[in-house]
Amino acid sequence: MTKVNRRSLLKGGAAFAAGSTLGAPMIWAQNIKDVTLRQFGTGVSNLNEVAQKVKEDLGFTLEMTALDSDSVTQRAATQPNSFDIADIEYWICKKVWPTGNLQPMDTSKIKNYDKIVGIFRDGKLTPESTIAQGTAPHSVGFTSGPEGKDFVQEESGWMTLIPTIYNADTLGIRPDLIGRPISKWAELLNPEFKGKASILDISSIGIMDMAMVVESMGEYTYPDKGNMTRAEIDMTLGIFTEAKKAGQFRAFWKSFDESVNLMASGEVVIQSMWSPAITAVKSKGIPCIYQPLEEGYRSWGGGIGLSKSLTGLERDAAYEYINWYLDGWVGGFLMRQGYYSAVPETSKNHMSENEWGYWFEGKPATDTITSPFGDPLAQAGEIRDGGSFQNRMGSVACWNAVMDENQYMNRKWNEFIAA
Amino acid sequence: MENILRNKAITGWLMAAPLALVLVVFLVLPILLIVVVSFWQATEFSIIPAFVWENYDFLFGSPVTYSVFLNTFKYAAITWALTLSIGFTVAYFLAFHVRTQTWQIALFLLCTIPFWTSNIIRMISWIPFLGRNGIANSALLSSGVIDEPVEWLLFSDFAVILAFVHLYTLFMVVPIFNTMMRIDHALIEAARDAGASGVQILWNVIIPLTKPGIMIGTIFVVTLVMGDFITVRFMSGSQSANVGRLISNDIALLAYPSAAATAVVLLLTVLIVIGVLLRFVDIRKEL
Repeated sequence: MTKVNRRSLLKGGAAFAAGSTLGAPMIWAQNIKDVTLRQFGTGVSNLNEVAQKVKEDLGFTLEMTALDSDSVTQRAATQPNSFDIADIEYWICKKVWPTGNLQPMDTSKIKNYDKIVGIFRDGKLTPESTIAQGTAPHSVGFTSGPEGKDFVQEESGWMTLIPTIYNADTLGIRPDLIGRPISKWAELLNPEFKGKASILDISSIGIMDMAMVVESMGEYTYPDKGNMTRAEIDMTLGIFTEAKKAGQFRAFWKSFDESVNLMASGEVVIQSMWSPAITAVKSKGIPCIYQPLEEGYRSWGGGIGLSKSLTGLERDAAYEYINWYLDGWVGGFLMRQGYYSAVPETSKNHMSENEWGYWFEGKPATDTITSPFGDPLAQAGEIRDGGSFQNRMGSVACWNAVMDENQYMNRKWNEFIAA
Repeated sequence: MENILRNKAITGWLMAAPLALVLVVFLVLPILLIVVVSFWQATEFSIIPAFVWENYDFLFGSPVTYSVFLNTFKYAAITWALTLSIGFTVAYFLAFHVRTQTWQIALFLLCTIPFWTSNIIRMISWIPFLGRNGIANSALLSSGVIDEPVEWLLFSDFAVILAFVHLYTLFMVVPIFNTMMRIDHALIEAARDAGASGVQILWNVIIPLTKPGIMIGTIFVVTLVMGDFITVRFMSGSQSANVGRLISNDIALLAYPSAAATAVVLLLTVLIVIGVLLRFVDIRKEL
């Protein structure tokens, strides 16, 4: 057995203290290889490719854990020591931020802060835009100071989440099986598609899709779709329960793969869907459209938050990671899957002219468009569903949200599924 | 030391101790924990230790609970009837019509082959088969039996029951076959000599003697079906619910106390069902 020598222990301790507290650039450069940041979040941006690239470009290790949004919320709210970086959606931030488990981020350390799109700063894409209902990202994007647990409505210099990824969601359709134009959310409950429609069985998002449908049918206009009263929840689920009993739905889906299979097999011809699911159906050679609708899109946005327990070298590494995230490589990677980057202009450097034109500007493709994984998604001449970034993000009708009556809504949702 | 070991009572306890310990740690404690948690309170983020009845209040106050329990019993009853008739027939054929033991064993092993894959895979493979454009529908369409694809084949109660029967029939075959193999063939000869017809032998000799096997199979099938949630979710396309799905939905929404309360009620229900079943046959005597 080796004896632990008091002198060597002291020496080692001193060296360790110097390394971790002084943080001189020399030591930093050597130490950063040993840093491991633990990131967790929903599946969309927790991609192994990102972790690999971090290792290559920045030298430290990023461990990723993908969970569903309910588990993400719970973990961020209850176990701040179990993660360093939380990759969460803005509506989750609204729930989690008041617990104080995340630390405000100094925007002066964010190199590309000035280039972040308006949606995440003053809420407006262009100066004329109106702000959509629900939990709009800018409304929970800033806090009052380095110790803030509140939300402020102006750009205070302290951000709760650094925006990373967002998109506008709508209904997916099989144009070959429907054979006519679809232009309204109300079509989801059109008896013409009896037994061929589907909606997602994730309450917080499903209820918003339902609200879009109910408004589109002209049944009711919500003061705020993102924050319904109990009566509004009952009414909304009532309409859908009736449709369910009449056999409108073929199935409900909970996971991404299920939605792809339902659509690809032709079991369903119209359903709520996510952008990469459309991509997955198309890459099987089956026609599928992410249909822009008159009433607008249901949008969502995600960002990176830092755990309150993150300090010193690890925090520096996390800022480095954030700056790298906004620097364009990840943005390009995400945009080539149909998402948007918070700083589109840096992503442009990591995309070909054809890709940029197709995904961002809504121009016809000049050559085959492939996903980052090599599957062909569009041929020359095709245009992205919904068109340009301005067209799509400019017609957002509501943002994913968390309601005050969330628990009541969940119970009612359970009843809807069991009805 | 030797004296202690010679004491029969103590050695008896010592021999039972390892199993008892395993059961206490891995069965009794978790169940107790579930019972305890079922009285706790939950908010969106946290679970608060308490002693409140609100989970049970909500459970028994909601009409959905009753319809879901009814649905669970419906699945259990129909699946039981079908697995019993298929399982009994298969076991009867193996035990009384197949003459040599080699063939009996070979055919019996054949029955177990599907169990070499996971039951999720066996279940999911029905989906492309039964779908609107699936193999079943295209075969029926091309043979002219139907003009339009049959919709109720998939994402319906039919699909759920079909999957259950497919998954669990073997649990009926095995115990029934086992008890049938131990029936003394002299009894059947005696019945025949006494002038009984085939049906009378089946009804008055074979069925009474295979009751324990039937009962064991019944317990397997009923508990498996009542505790299932994944088959119902996939085969009904999330459109039907049983108690297992209520619990899994609650867990997904982090409502652990509510899930625990539902689990306790389900556990009691299943125990009552088994208790009633055991009134009919004394399994221990027959084993």
